[in-house]
Amino acid sequence: MHDTTATSHYSPNTDSDREAMLAAIGVESAANLFDDIPQDYRFPALDIPAPLSEFELRQELGDLAALNATPGDYACFLGAGSYRHHVPAIVRALAFRGEFLTSYTPYQPEVSQRTLQAHYEFQTLICQLTGMEVANAGMYDGATSLAEAAMMAARITKRNRIVLAETVSPAYQSVVHTYTQGHDNLQVDVIAADGSDIPEDAACVVVQQPNFFGYLNDLEEMASRVHELGALLIVSVDLASLGMFRAPGSYDADIVVAEAQTLGVSPSYGGPYVGVLACRGGRDFLRQLPGRIVGETVDTEGRTGYVLTLQTREQHIRRERATSNICTSVGLIALMSAVYMAAQGKQGLRHTAELCYHKAHYLASLIEDIPGYSLPLQGTFFREFVVQCPLPPSEVNRRLLDYKVIGGLDVSDRFENGMLLCCTDVNTRGEIEALASALAEIGANAS
Amino acid sequence: MTTPERWLEKHNRKLLMDRSAPGRIGASHARLDVPESELPDAALLRDNLDMPEVSESEIVRYFSQLSHYNFSIDHNFYPLGSCTMKYNPKINDEMAALPGLSEIHPFQPEETVQGALKLIWHIQEILAEVVGMAGASVSPKAGAESEFAGMLMARAYHLSRGDDKRKKVLIPDSAHGTNPASAVVAGFHVVSLPTNEQGNTDLAALEAAIGDDLAGFMLTQPSTLGIFDTNLSEVIQIVRDAGGILYGDGANLNALLGKVKLGELGFDVVHSNLHKTFTQPHGGGGPGAGAVLVSERLLPYLPEPHVTRAEDEDGERFSLTTPPQSIGRLGPFQGNFGALVRAYAYIRTLGDVGVSQISEDAVINANYILSQLRGTFDLPQDRHCKHEVVFSAKNLKDNFGVSGKDVCKRLIDSGIHPPTMYFPLPDVVEESLLIEPTETESKETLDQFIEVMKLIAKEAEEDPDLLLNAPHNTPNTRLDEALAARRPVLRWSRD
Ligand SMILES: Cc1ncc(COP(=O)(O)O)c(C=O)c1O
Repeated sequence: MHDTTATSHYSPNTDSDREAMLAAIGVESAANLFDDIPQDYRFPALDIPAPLSEFELRQELGDLAALNATPGDYACFLGAGSYRHHVPAIVRALAFRGEFLTSYTPYQPEVSQRTLQAHYEFQTLICQLTGMEVANAGMYDGATSLAEAAMMAARITKRNRIVLAETVSPAYQSVVHTYTQGHDNLQVDVIAADGSDIPEDAACVVVQQPNFFGYLNDLEEMASRVHELGALLIVSVDLASLGMFRAPGSYDADIVVAEAQTLGVSPSYGGPYVGVLACRGGRDFLRQLPGRIVGETVDTEGRTGYVLTLQTREQHIRRERATSNICTSVGLIALMSAVYMAAQGKQGLRHTAELCYHKAHYLASLIEDIPGYSLPLQGTFFREFVVQCPLPPSEVNRRLLDYKVIGGLDVSDRFENGMLLCCTDVNTRGEIEALASALAEIGANAS
Repeated sequence: MTTPERWLEKHNRKLLMDRSAPGRIGASHARLDVPESELPDAALLRDNLDMPEVSESEIVRYFSQLSHYNFSIDHNFYPLGSCTMKYNPKINDEMAALPGLSEIHPFQPEETVQGALKLIWHIQEILAEVVGMAGASVSPKAGAESEFAGMLMARAYHLSRGDDKRKKVLIPDSAHGTNPASAVVAGFHVVSLPTNEQGNTDLAALEAAIGDDLAGFMLTQPSTLGIFDTNLSEVIQIVRDAGGILYGDGANLNALLGKVKLGELGFDVVHSNLHKTFTQPHGGGGPGAGAVLVSERLLPYLPEPHVTRAEDEDGERFSLTTPPQSIGRLGPFQGNFGALVRAYAYIRTLGDVGVSQISEDAVINANYILSQLRGTFDLPQDRHCKHEVVFSAKNLKDNFGVSGKDVCKRLIDSGIHPPTMYFPLPDVVEESLLIEPTETESKETLDQFIEVMKLIAKEAEEDPDLLLNAPHNTPNTRLDEALAARRPVLRWSRD
């Protein structure tokens, strides 16, 4: 059979191209270009598998994917920071155009207006949705947004105590600890969610809305208590809830952080996602904001255009004195959520929030009627709630797989046999009722 | 005066909120298929949701019309130094979008995501092999987060030995800005080291800066000057003898695949930007993915979760685990999985032979440009480069008053994305132009670029205004960045 060349289809160089270039460079072989590497360590063998054709690759990845239980094939009731929604086709169609997908960070504004204008839309729509004055162009994810916001609050208030309500997501709490562990001056405290014991020297108080267990709180009073102490209120909000519930700006939040994955991005086993960081618009906030910010300006002909701005906060200019080390962020995911927000719009965001609300409440009403199950928490929830099961949740989840159901998150460290369930627009009535009847059977067989 | 072009141009730039008309919708609304529940207390509900109302067709037109406002790898040669703007294979996007990979939830029980965990485990293993390290974590979401994780591990290592004085990190002045910024977020204080005439680490300055407070040294190889440090063996010895951790910024790994393993040279921790070397598309500023790779002595400190493999008579099983002295979580989940799928697909496609060929071609291409533009622009380090080459436009500035920036802006008129400008910083190289062609460009494309650069240098002499006023063919001429910073307008508002 005809022998194929060693050249990969991604690289155009043929042997004669290489020879011509090496001659122009003035070396005999490509190996000479690596003479500066210590000889004993030059050209090690790589023990990695042989190449696959595109056809074989498709099979291999298809096989790997088939080892997973895929929501859609399975009914899935997981949330807790990553949410499944219907994503309109235009989100991927627009975001995956090469002009967006294969461009770099917009350092050369004259050839990056598409990216810059799209990020300006993201900043605008996030401000409209959260009721805040300013938003940056995105952070790695909601948890790093929170960690950065807490450190930002410490710089603004010149205080060192970061205070987290105990109902903030445990994973987010861990990330705050990771980000602050190198700073001996910073202290992280966890307090009761009602805010009854806020330390007087707090730099900020972080609350989650709805809280990690799905429930909403009236935060107006909390905001004034926090402000009386001279601290900042950071609200970690579920953006999908803002289609129907009050925006944090309306109850006087100083900084809002969120995970925008819920706006048009698939769960993708945890990433890539995009963190939101929005705040008040004063100079004291702007100066301390981490991450990229797009601003409007004019060109030499007086036409409107956009640029990366306030860059003296950033690492490429300020190096060790930067407000953050973030460089490559998640521009494309911010764009996806901007397209999603545009497509959903005023009516769709409300509609989707209501779908989540009604479906979750329908599921809760069914579960409440099953012997052995109960809802330990009172109050208003949005789309997540805790259920107390008659068996350990890990066991319930294991049995649910036989019904082609992926159950909720095990929160038995907080509530005895507690499971955190979530419903969104993609959980059909059929799935919801199937979960309820499976839980009933599992419960009946428990004793 | 308003011309038709100008009028249309203005329309294209109209923002979504200004395109909004009450009653329009941009997505189909799913039917409510369950009984309605009572709505909660009005005090919790919002009464105004001021979001755009635009139809689907208008949204598509709007975002598509802006297309020609961007340069991208799919459309343009993009020799942006330090960024490795190579072709991003389309198959990788398709693989990452497989429902069995893109729809899975990060909190699914382990037994339901064995395929995903297996993929992560393989990529950990492959990257550790390619860089010559004992282990890897792929939970960082970009290079900077890998640096941060690496420096936290250095900190944890020293502290575990009761060595709490080590607070100082040395970083060459040619390093990327994230290096010092990450070291500071990890709690260190940074001392900058000069680069010597040849572009190597200044050994005398290094000797003078070390002491028993040395936590580590962050070194980029090849450096951002595109060259391999020929003092490297001495540097490693000095840092090791002083008890410091040697950090390798591997953003430039595209020069080294199959050419040298940084781990074998003695680095304790190295990061790789999967969005540079391993083709995760840049997306106009991310998402990326970072791998942080470590030597034996740092293994216990890797971030959580770490994917491990066990095997028994039932077969192999993959789990999310917490290393014994882990620095903790960098994010709520397992990292940028979608980027890991792409990197995995890329490495499997090229395989052992193809992966080594990447660096050979990337380095030939860069040296070819070096050889052809020598004499047209200043060459601060005239020696073989690795995958990128730094020129300086100082000759043009001194002789004709045009800067590196002017050269870059003029390059835009020919449809080529500018190289990285003013990095390395002016105190390392004045008027720097950092050019990285990558291995996915043909000799014909390189020849065009070389020709255009020569023409621009000629124009600088004959008609400098052409450069000073460039670009000429873009939707915007040069933008007023000072105004944007002085009077920040950061969002649409109703006026
Ligand atoms: C040499 C070098 N180090 C570090 C980084 C930081 O990586 P990231 O942007 O992924 O955070 C970059 C690129 O931006 C780089 O070029």
